[in-house]
Amino acid sequence: MNPLVLWFHKLGSPPYFYRLAGRFQPWLYALALITGAVGLYGGLFIAPADYQQGDSFRMIYVHVPCAWMSLFVYVFMAANAFVALVWRIKLSETLAMASAPIGAAFTFITLVTGSLWGKPMWGTWWTWDARLTSELVLLFLYLGVIGLYHAIEDTRQAARAAAFLALIGVVNLPIVHYSVVWWNTLHQAQTVSLMGQSKISSSMLWPLLTMAFATHVYFFASLLARSRAALLALESGKDWVREIALRESAQEARAHG
Amino acid sequence: MAEFFHMGGYGAYVWAAYAVFAIVLVADALTPLWQRRRTLHDIAARLRRESTRDGARKNRAPTTQDPTA
Repeated sequence: MNPLVLWFHKLGSPPYFYRLAGRFQPWLYALALITGAVGLYGGLFIAPADYQQGDSFRMIYVHVPCAWMSLFVYVFMAANAFVALVWRIKLSETLAMASAPIGAAFTFITLVTGSLWGKPMWGTWWTWDARLTSELVLLFLYLGVIGLYHAIEDTRQAARAAAFLALIGVVNLPIVHYSVVWWNTLHQAQTVSLMGQSKISSSMLWPLLTMAFATHVYFFASLLARSRAALLALESGKDWVREIALRESAQEARAHG
Repeated sequence: MAEFFHMGGYGAYVWAAYAVFAIVLVADALTPLWQRRRTLHDIAARLRRESTRDGARKNRAPTTQDPTA
């Protein structure tokens, strides 16, 4: 067999993934923390105040990266849900279900910080604007996936049902993304674009892109941590998990005297 | 420094947004630590229960052959 395919099979084995993820996890957390600190420093101290919005625009450095993450995490979750449904790979189920709470956290931050930004700029905490409403629907989709997963006793069956819901929810993603183009309501159009010119000065842009990088790295760190915890619970009857449980409880007993 | 915290009059909004960001992500980072600990705790407790139960069974019927031996 092709060595890459072979490695993929090996990666799908829970004990192998658990060990590999454990090795990457601390580095990812550290990288996210450092780049996040650099990005926030740039956003709070180096970037100049906006000529229209003054210092209130500094909320962009938490609001926009989290908004991007709310979509990115959903795509990641849906891709894993698809793999889980088609090829029944246990690790994909775990990854999909582990991303849901992180995505919900990012979506929640997006909505709350957006509300805090809307009050001074638009004069209202909330309005049923297309962008705001579709982002709220995104939060409900995440909560639906989490809720469905926990509502069914058999974890593998639960993961499949929740994965199906996650796939249906994909229709909401283009609505969130294009809402500012399709409907001309309160939320401003995007200023940063992957293709073409961004409508923002570079001293304001680099802290934003650094924060975007930091939140992506953080997502993967949190994803690995959550998947590892979930794999221990899923495989609680297996020998490799028993070994870890006994080792940890022995360590704890020694630590407590 | 006071001017920095004032944020041109938007201080309350800006700092509240940053606080929400920090609090939610710290909570998100702590959840898996806590989940992992609880899972391992439960498994270790179950293993201890199983081993004491097996031990008790052996004591009650010393003539029965131990299938694991």
